[in-house]
Amino acid sequence: MTNATAEPVEIRRWRKPPAIERPWLRYGLLVGTLVYLYFAVGSYDVNWARVAEGLDRGWQFIKAFANPDFVSRKSDFIEGMTESIIMTVTSTVVGILISIPIALGAASNLAPLPIYIFCRAIIALSRALHEIIVAILMVAIFGFGPLAGFITLSFATIGFLAKLLAEDIEAMDKSQAEAIQATGASWLQWINYAVQPQVMPRLIGLSIYRLDINFRESAVLGLVGAGGIGATLNTAFDRYEFDTAAAIIITIIVIVMALEYLSSIIRARIQ
Amino acid sequence: MLKLTSLSKRYKTGDEALKQVDLEVPIGQVLGLIGPSGAGKSTLIRCINRLVEPTSGSVTLNDVELTQLGSRRLRKSRRKIGMIFQEYALVERLSVMENVLSGRLGYVGFWSSWFRRFPQSDITEAFRLLDRVGLAHMVDKRADELSGGQRQRVGIARALIQDPELLLVDEPTASLDPKTSRQIMRLICELCEERDLSAIINIHDVALAKMFVQRIVGLQLGSIVYDGKPSNLDASVLTQIYGEEDWEATIETVDDDDDDTETFTS
Repeated sequence: MTNATAEPVEIRRWRKPPAIERPWLRYGLLVGTLVYLYFAVGSYDVNWARVAEGLDRGWQFIKAFANPDFVSRKSDFIEGMTESIIMTVTSTVVGILISIPIALGAASNLAPLPIYIFCRAIIALSRALHEIIVAILMVAIFGFGPLAGFITLSFATIGFLAKLLAEDIEAMDKSQAEAIQATGASWLQWINYAVQPQVMPRLIGLSIYRLDINFRESAVLGLVGAGGIGATLNTAFDRYEFDTAAAIIITIIVIVMALEYLSSIIRARIQ
Repeated sequence: MLKLTSLSKRYKTGDEALKQVDLEVPIGQVLGLIGPSGAGKSTLIRCINRLVEPTSGSVTLNDVELTQLGSRRLRKSRRKIGMIFQEYALVERLSVMENVLSGRLGYVGFWSSWFRRFPQSDITEAFRLLDRVGLAHMVDKRADELSGGQRQRVGIARALIQDPELLLVDEPTASLDPKTSRQIMRLICELCEERDLSAIINIHDVALAKMFVQRIVGLQLGSIVYDGKPSNLDASVLTQIYGEEDWEATIETVDDDDDDTETFTS
């Protein structure tokens, strides 16, 4: 095959150039990271005696899942669940309704600069404050109970939904928008005919996802007194009633999984 | 009827897309605008209905100075200017009927359009136009289920239901196969003749333009370098517009022999 008389061809080698060019920086960063991790993990001090004791308590908790107790705290349980579901539904709906105008204002291809900055600031504020922190503030203002939870979750929904919806609006197809503009449509008609059809599937998908998040959050907000099933869960833990706690957690898991299933069906339907 | 006077556009990037363009289009004339990519063809037609805001100069349509209008009166004037796009620009998740009726948005109030309650006269006209372009059986199909040629016909119906005086057509055939391209060009020109409409058609395909339009304007680097009859387009003119190339095949007159009007009546 090969031509023996041909002159030997020079072999040209190739290696992928490294991401960091300077070798001392490349290896320095690697060694530095490893050293930091070694000492950082080493800074945790583990009390093995406490762990041995705690393992047993943990086992009790896990065992409780084998026979969850739905009945002995039945009225607290039902009341908490009802509160959580009401909080979830109302805060999601109100949050979505407020998010839509804010999303329109936070889309750079739609809004003039001052409105854009204002709406982005609301989103940034909502995202900067974690639900628990907002809930503590709301409990301070409105007192214990689900109203504080409802306001907290509505506020959190705005930051989540408005941001992601605004990003979808910014990524919309410009030519469809231009075509509707060219017909002489008013601004609201333009939103309704050119923008809304393009972002609707995303809006529906995000809304269902947020419903799911709000339900899970509602279970946590009870820990700071903002109502819902979390309050019942907290009480159960305080009393070491692991079987009741297990019943609550199992119910939360089932509901979240049901919502997940529902959302997958709906998202497959739209498009 | 349409008059552009020293129309100029400079983009924020500093590109001068249009340089002092003067152009007059009489009633009923179909004008083909040719020129290399980046010559400013798209910018020119978008400056007419102010999808792109011209930097200076004036645009008058039937004695209305468009460049000076406030937003309300601009919308009113836009109703009289139908636009047809390269990639059809249908709203993909709306039905064929909704897309056609969107051409009436400038005439109906917000709530009527929100609830899709258009006046019966608009709906009758929409059906008539869909019949005319051969898509009456597709009314409730979603726009993204249609083929390229079908989409462009919906785009044409949307532009015509505006009851326009002028059509702006941006590369109507660039995404279509040769046969469909001819059908679409023929349809647009027939409709213009039926309604005595003026049209400016941006088009890359010089041979196709020569087949259908009455006047050719050549644009190069934002200036008009040719304005005349399609039959006078020869190698030297094409070289002037596009640059040096062998133009023999383009200049050859193409016979318009395939008669496919039956596809519109299916």
